[in-house]
Amino acid sequence: MTMALRTEAIETLLVEKGLVKSAAVDALVERYEQDIGPLRGARVVAKAWTDPKFRARLLEDGMPAIRELGFGDNTDAHVARLVVKENTESVHNLIVCTLCSCYPWAVLGLPPAWYKSPAYRSRAVREPRRLLAELGLDLSPDVEVRVWDSSAEVRYMVLPQRPEGTDGLGAEELTDLVTRDSMIGVERLQRTR
Amino acid sequence: MNGIHDMGGMHGFGAVDRRPDEALFPEAWQGRVCALAGYAIGAGLANLDAFRHAVERMPADRYLADGYYGRWLYALETLAAERLGGDAAVERPDHVGSVVREVDREARFAVGDAVRTWNRHPQGHTRLPGYARDRRGVIAEVHPACVYPDTNADDRGESPEYLYTVAFDSRELWGEEAEAAATVYIDLFEPYLEVLE
Repeated sequence: MTMALRTEAIETLLVEKGLVKSAAVDALVERYEQDIGPLRGARVVAKAWTDPKFRARLLEDGMPAIRELGFGDNTDAHVARLVVKENTESVHNLIVCTLCSCYPWAVLGLPPAWYKSPAYRSRAVREPRRLLAELGLDLSPDVEVRVWDSSAEVRYMVLPQRPEGTDGLGAEELTDLVTRDSMIGVERLQRTR
Repeated sequence: MNGIHDMGGMHGFGAVDRRPDEALFPEAWQGRVCALAGYAIGAGLANLDAFRHAVERMPADRYLADGYYGRWLYALETLAAERLGGDAAVERPDHVGSVVREVDREARFAVGDAVRTWNRHPQGHTRLPGYARDRRGVIAEVHPACVYPDTNADDRGESPEYLYTVAFDSRELWGEEAEAAATVYIDLFEPYLEVLE
């Protein structure tokens, strides 16, 4: 049986048993596709770059800080904490989940396919420098690499470094610079995208 | 369990295929499975740990072949077959919220403590990755007590345990050929950890 037919069959059963309503499933799929995406994370990053007090609160405890921006609804209700790790000149952070594919849904939406791939999950903890180099990010040997394996209900997000030459930019323009992959830690941001 | 899901450190999966602008759900059924799983868990089909364990119980060849949402589909089918057979209604959880729990004891470890992970190979669900078993690390952060996945996954109860972020030097995990200046941080529950003398 194809995946699509199996999905129909399990949906029919779950509806019959009263566990789900098909209309609600339709609505949630639409919401995933349209509303929940890395834009929230990008706004959080832009705010942290421009508001030192917010940045301090964000690094102290992520969930209350993102709630200030109206995020952190029940998308990730089971999560214990959101921990934000800041990239600097001397430290580079990278996020992975080797056991399944835990990901900070509340700020980044659903994970991209490569994040869930066996190649990423297996290699990020053993050879992060080589992996990052293959993805186009060559780290100097002086830079310490910190890999965060999200093995419990703590979710991690990277606060990327603010690119040079962005002093005059406003919140919207800064938000536009921030990529999903920079908040996972596989990319460094540039002035022009 | 020592399953295919426990991928940290494995060889043989090649390069990471990072494609820009891929669709969130390349096939429509994937989006439906994603949403169905969320609602079914919320309605009490299984808790999140039991759901993850159902994914892990998938035969290894299918785990690799069916992709992420294919695994979720398998887990839904498995849990439905195990739990929805009779006429009894599924008990809806009284709340689906954070896994943080109050406990009336202090955390055993503090930031900076040296620990060693235990060397156990449980058949059931656990969140200690195989690559970090029987390894020395240092407590980097103490989190609140949380639902313990190892017991919650097969409905033996929440039995909350303190959660820690533990720092492991790359050489401790991967030996002398490990990449330099790399630290792996893993979130581990108190029972996995022993005092390092």
